[in-house]
Amino acid sequence: MSEKVLMKGNEAIAEAAILCGCRHYYGYPITPQTEVAAYMAKRMPKVGGVFLQAESEIAAVNMVIGTSAAGCRVMTSSSSPGISLKSEGLSYMAGCDLPALIVNVQRGGPGLGGIQPSQSDYFQATRGGGHGDYHMIVLAPASIQEMVDMTVKGFALADKYRMPCMLLADGTMGQMMEPVSLDITAPETVEKPWAVTGTGCKRPHNVVNSLSLNSEELEVWNFERFKRYETLAENETMYEEYCMDDAEICVVAFGIAARVSKNAIDAARAQGVKVGMVRPITLYPFPKAPLLKAAEHCKSFISVELSMGQMIEDVELAIRCKRPVTLCNRVGGLIPTPEQVLASILKANEM
Amino acid sequence: MTSKILFAGFGGQGILFSGKFLAYEGLLEERQVSWLPSYGPEMRGGTASCSVILSDTAIGSPIVTTPDILIAMNLPSYDKYESTVEKGGKIFVDSSLVQRSAMRDDVDTYYIPATRLASENGMPTLANMIILGKVIKETAVIPFENVERTLKKVISAKRADMLEVNMKALKLGYDYEG
Amino acid sequence: MVVFEKPKALTDNQLHYCPGCTHGIIHRLVAEAMDELGIEGKTVGIASVGCSVFTYNYFNCDMVQAAHGRAPAVATGVKRANPENIVFTYQGDGDLAAIGTAETVHAAARGENITVIFVNNAIYGMTGGQMAPTSLPGQVTQTSPYGRDIKTVGHPIRVSEMLSTLEGPAYIERVAVNSVKCVKDAKKAIKKAFQCQLDGKGFSLVEVLSTCPTNWGMTPDKAMNWLEENMKPYYPLGVFKDKTGGDNQ
Repeated sequence: MSEKVLMKGNEAIAEAAILCGCRHYYGYPITPQTEVAAYMAKRMPKVGGVFLQAESEIAAVNMVIGTSAAGCRVMTSSSSPGISLKSEGLSYMAGCDLPALIVNVQRGGPGLGGIQPSQSDYFQATRGGGHGDYHMIVLAPASIQEMVDMTVKGFALADKYRMPCMLLADGTMGQMMEPVSLDITAPETVEKPWAVTGTGCKRPHNVVNSLSLNSEELEVWNFERFKRYETLAENETMYEEYCMDDAEICVVAFGIAARVSKNAIDAARAQGVKVGMVRPITLYPFPKAPLLKAAEHCKSFISVELSMGQMIEDVELAIRCKRPVTLCNRVGGLIPTPEQVLASILKANEM
Repeated sequence: MTSKILFAGFGGQGILFSGKFLAYEGLLEERQVSWLPSYGPEMRGGTASCSVILSDTAIGSPIVTTPDILIAMNLPSYDKYESTVEKGGKIFVDSSLVQRSAMRDDVDTYYIPATRLASENGMPTLANMIILGKVIKETAVIPFENVERTLKKVISAKRADMLEVNMKALKLGYDYEG
Repeated sequence: MVVFEKPKALTDNQLHYCPGCTHGIIHRLVAEAMDELGIEGKTVGIASVGCSVFTYNYFNCDMVQAAHGRAPAVATGVKRANPENIVFTYQGDGDLAAIGTAETVHAAARGENITVIFVNNAIYGMTGGQMAPTSLPGQVTQTSPYGRDIKTVGHPIRVSEMLSTLEGPAYIERVAVNSVKCVKDAKKAIKKAFQCQLDGKGFSLVEVLSTCPTNWGMTPDKAMNWLEENMKPYYPLGVFKDKTGGDNQ
């Protein structure tokens, strides 16, 4: 393994993308993800790549669409308000079956909100964000090493399933530094016979398109896309279990909330409370199976979130409301403390 | 062993750099490390803070809410964080800028006139490193013999001239008896 | 003896445009330019939203269908991915000069080496005849039923003039397709715009004054006259920018 380096999450994503062979980045400055753009501006010219600061988030995502349609590995990054602007493009990307990596380093909302960390774009990310029936693959890293590993995974899955993939981080993940290994294997290049590279007058023209005024045809496209989501869920769902073997209380948390929860679980275990955690790594597809299994031996669930309670709905659905699920949260840019999570665990234990 | 360190002060006092220095030291020792800055407008003159955790086991939350070691480089930081320090913890105060003394007697508080020492010694921007020298002396959070190696890692080759003066600042704090 | 052939750069699909619409002429001019320059095989077209949304069915080159107004951004992404491709957008006035103003202006400002075919018929066609940013003062449309009132909605935008104030564009010309001579001139301009891109000179735009007999509520013949008498005075034909170094004629 190569030497570890200390890197900010935002920079780690950017370097990992370059190591994945991504040579096109289009973005727009917004706190707390601007380091991704700054890093790309510095590095891309050195590797013969393209960094372009677009006139808007909307233009940036459409440049991503163009480059993806041309068959190249491509990415953009932003933070919550910027992702709202990009959502139009995400819907088109899904409709056109275009792969790309979209990074959302979340901040508090709604509206301009704040610039401190948040997980309140969970619904937007896992439901697609834009108009129409679609999803994106949503990956939720909980360490800087995972910021790197999920970047690699994100490019691979996007290409494999021909769909946009969102890396859903938050302000802490973007801003913090941890030792990280960049010893990664770039995902294999996938054949893209559908790409618009010019026909060379040797094949029928390719059309990258999301429009069909023929309802029967559009329905077939949607059915086909959702078949792919099913395959995705079967093969690519990722999660981590922590102290779940004998757990009677199950914490569900992702990203920074999972990091905080780990401290609380250790503290609770020290007091003899049998608590564990299921940490979804893919938020879409959501790890329903391990949660349903946990419902067999856990008397209650706690969803720890930096939102007013968004993932909690997926937890309830996953366990089919068999057990009570409580919410432990802070919002507006604040993060629950381990003490707060511990209090929720102890309260659940008394029930 | 796990050390939870909180650096706090004004933006521009080198709060993030001090934190980065410790984080690099942890990296070079192959320990678990996390470094989390406050970010945004605070960087431009308001209160800046930086959480650093050095540990021999996996780090959960990277946010230091109950530090073992607090470095308070101004009064607002001292006021804000003094009460959060773990019982038995250590607080380092820049006494050039903080006029009051400790409210707590269950922690060890050290007063270092770091800003004054820095300007008296012709290194006005290095109060952060002077106070860090004292931290290293009193907490053994990292071994002092490692600091030169770590400085070389943190300071880019282009700024090699900064190496000596940073070393001098750390030593000044390390040797400070007050 | 064959005296008139369909350009190779057009597919065999039947155009969906209304009778008398000039999109067909402009499609043909673009395709002829591709044929003559021998670039069909390396061209990627970007279809916009509006009546010309289905251009991806008509041009034989690779095509991407962009969201409303975003064609220049999509074209930028395609061109930056494969600079050896010839990349053009085909956009109407609502798409280019209203919802896509930012994308248009900034692609031009960057001097993006793409070609924009801008079809200006002073109305939204696809949605059934609403006021466009290029609708003329007093022009009656579905959303300006009492005529465009410049006091409340402002004056129409002269896109070619506006963009020619920028340093980025290499070539901007306004043409029309309401007479044989005009069609010939339009063809020259479109071909020149592609040549400009082939030569790596940068952003080129050809604004084509066009008619919409259906939504203007006129016969095709009357529409041609309306263009001549009403549009041309407000939107004068001519070259507004030419940094290609060649002759304009």
